[in-house]
Amino acid sequence: MSTRKLLLGAASFLLVAAAARAESPELGKSISPTELAPWDIHIMPDGTGLPPGSGTFAQGKAIYAQKCALCHGENGTGGQSAALVGGPPRASLDGGKTIPNYWPYATTVFDFIRRAMPYTQPKSLTDNEVYAVTAYILALNKLIGENDVIDAQTLPTVQMPNRDNFIIRFPDRI
Amino acid sequence: MSTRNAVLVAALLALASSTAVAAEGPNLGQPITEKEVGAWDINAMPDGTGLPPGSGTSAQGAPIYAQKCAACHGEGGKGASAGALVGNPPITGIESPKTIANFWGYSTTVFDFIRRAMPWISPRTLTNDEVYAITAYILAENKLIGPNDVMNAQTLPKVKMPNADNFIIRFPDRI
Amino acid sequence: MSISKRHNDSLQPVAGNGLLDRRALLGRGVVFAGAVSAGSAGSMIGAAAEPLVDGPWSNEVGAVIPPYQVASRFEKHVVRTVDNPDNVPRNSRARTPHHLLQGIITPNGLHFTICHGGVPDIDPEKHRLVIHGLVKRPLVFTLDALARYPMVSRIGFVECGGNSAPLFSNEPIQANVQALHGLASCSEWTGVLLSTLLEETGIDPKAKWFIAEGADSPRLHRSVPMKKAMDDAMVALYQNGERIQPGQGYPMRLWLPGYEGNMNVKYLRRITLTEQPAMSYYESRTYSQVLPDGKAYRFYFLQEVKSFIANPSPGLTLKEPGYYEISGVAYSGTGRVTRVMVSADGGKSWGDAALQEPVLPRAFTRFRMPWRWNGGPAVLQSRAWDEGGNMQPTRAEIIAHRGQTSKPPSVLAFPSQHFNGITSWAVDTKGEVKHVYA
Repeated sequence: MSTRKLLLGAASFLLVAAAARAESPELGKSISPTELAPWDIHIMPDGTGLPPGSGTFAQGKAIYAQKCALCHGENGTGGQSAALVGGPPRASLDGGKTIPNYWPYATTVFDFIRRAMPYTQPKSLTDNEVYAVTAYILALNKLIGENDVIDAQTLPTVQMPNRDNFIIRFPDRI
Repeated sequence: MSTRNAVLVAALLALASSTAVAAEGPNLGQPITEKEVGAWDINAMPDGTGLPPGSGTSAQGAPIYAQKCAACHGEGGKGASAGALVGNPPITGIESPKTIANFWGYSTTVFDFIRRAMPWISPRTLTNDEVYAITAYILAENKLIGPNDVMNAQTLPKVKMPNADNFIIRFPDRI
Repeated sequence: MSISKRHNDSLQPVAGNGLLDRRALLGRGVVFAGAVSAGSAGSMIGAAAEPLVDGPWSNEVGAVIPPYQVASRFEKHVVRTVDNPDNVPRNSRARTPHHLLQGIITPNGLHFTICHGGVPDIDPEKHRLVIHGLVKRPLVFTLDALARYPMVSRIGFVECGGNSAPLFSNEPIQANVQALHGLASCSEWTGVLLSTLLEETGIDPKAKWFIAEGADSPRLHRSVPMKKAMDDAMVALYQNGERIQPGQGYPMRLWLPGYEGNMNVKYLRRITLTEQPAMSYYESRTYSQVLPDGKAYRFYFLQEVKSFIANPSPGLTLKEPGYYEISGVAYSGTGRVTRVMVSADGGKSWGDAALQEPVLPRAFTRFRMPWRWNGGPAVLQSRAWDEGGNMQPTRAEIIAHRGQTSKPPSVLAFPSQHFNGITSWAVDTKGEVKHVYA
């Protein structure tokens, strides 16, 4: 394409770009990452979003007993809320989806605890506490060792047994 | 068509017409006679159809009015919390009040409405004679009938209202 | 030059005082906006945002889910205005807050209503519908029976014949769109067509009218031509999916698409086929319109083509100059709305508004018009046309035909009925909106 056409194309792109501004209400306000931070809590499967901090099985056990056992039972065996350990080797239509037999990503455990738990006081755990409780649950489920340190680097590397058993139902909708 | 076919066709038609309703719809309506409609059959039409037996005069209506109507409609029908029933101000524009005397097309409407809807707080408590009497009272106070005229199923429809001929049907082809 | 022309169509004002091409609303503008989303040049107007915080509602468990959901407590101002709160012996009316609603469906609890003897508490087991008079077989129906008949659902408006009556005032009454136009609403009505029931009763060919009567304390009755019975009259049982509520006629009402509200008899209990009309109180006196020469209309029936702007409108002050979407409803008892035009300069120039699809006959049609308000004075108007070729008249045209008051009445009064003229809203330089005649 000639330079002139390229320039014209760019000019019209800019004009068009400016056109959008002319047409919309333009009432959105800019926001910086710092301002966004308190809500920026997505943890992606590849680990993007994991905050600084770390935790181990031993640290998590104490926090779990104090803040989680009331609903999830001693040692994660379940109670008013679901068990976090144990369960059948495989989920079926009768139920039985568990962290070890079903969840594809360990990061999901971290993400969910951090944003939604404890049930009655969500977002009240520190990031270290969330790493610790995550380590505790993963270790109870024999997905990591009891001495392993869970942090932003190691968590995404945890192998989840059921990861490759998923089929995308309608690939062309993605 | 042969006689046999004609008979068959006739039979089919008879079957179709008598059972047409049965074949086509749920047919869950229960037959009811006009007598059973009874207490609900309270339309008093402009030509007098539906006016019940009974009668009344203005003199009979005055005390009933005072007792059962004046509290809302005012002494002598002059109006209070509810509208005035007596009065014939000229209609000069759209804000002129519409009254029985200056606007209503049919005297039977007075009977019909009182019988079905009045008194406000206890409708359908007046006897037919009482309704005729109050109707006569209101019409007489408005000088549309004489003070001694008897209102009944025959005489009431004959009372011609002054504004009867001033109506225009807005969209005649919707009728 | 040619490039800018090609891409600039949607930018050109289509009419005076800032009205923009409605195609900006129909997807083309979105294509352009996409081009600018990457690498934004920073804030365009206003100060920077504040740091985000979690609201207390995100940190505690919420309330129990109720069996029948009502609106958030923060929406408690979105209600009907009720003009007889103490239920004294006169008519009671509740008006729809059009300025706070969107779309075309009026929620059941916000649908307008007029009750002439309070709201009756009818036991559906005991309620009956009787059809008699000039029929072959007089019949009575229970609700259980009616529930088994073929049902039809239609979306349509109901409007009081007296809606917008304040515009008969010789001076523009200062009130909002709810007070001026709140006696109209639109729902999905589901029920049994009256013609279906008349198939069962049969019709005596002498019948020209039917009289519909309600079971409320005034036993309100109106005469309706048989033409309408056989056209689209419905014995309505459901409104927006649930059983009709008491204020709308529970357990059943007559629905006559496009015909004045009072004829849509609530608490329907009796249909009498007759040769002549009943000349009831409501059709003799109330719903009969005095004309300037002393004559009066009767049997007006039809709610004619009409539109009004709901937003902006009085009470909804514009905070600052900029882009707004003018939005309102249009409808016609004749059939579909075919066109709505909007003016921002008091009728000097007009642009076509976008109509929300699908456009349905005898139902609200939502119209929208993009507008760039420059901060100066503006007079907003809308005008509608229907598929019968009818055009919404100006207020002046209506007044010339029907007259106006000699002094301003109460906003709750009804000097006349069937006002379907253009409404004008004046926006001043402070963004306040007032009702004017233009």
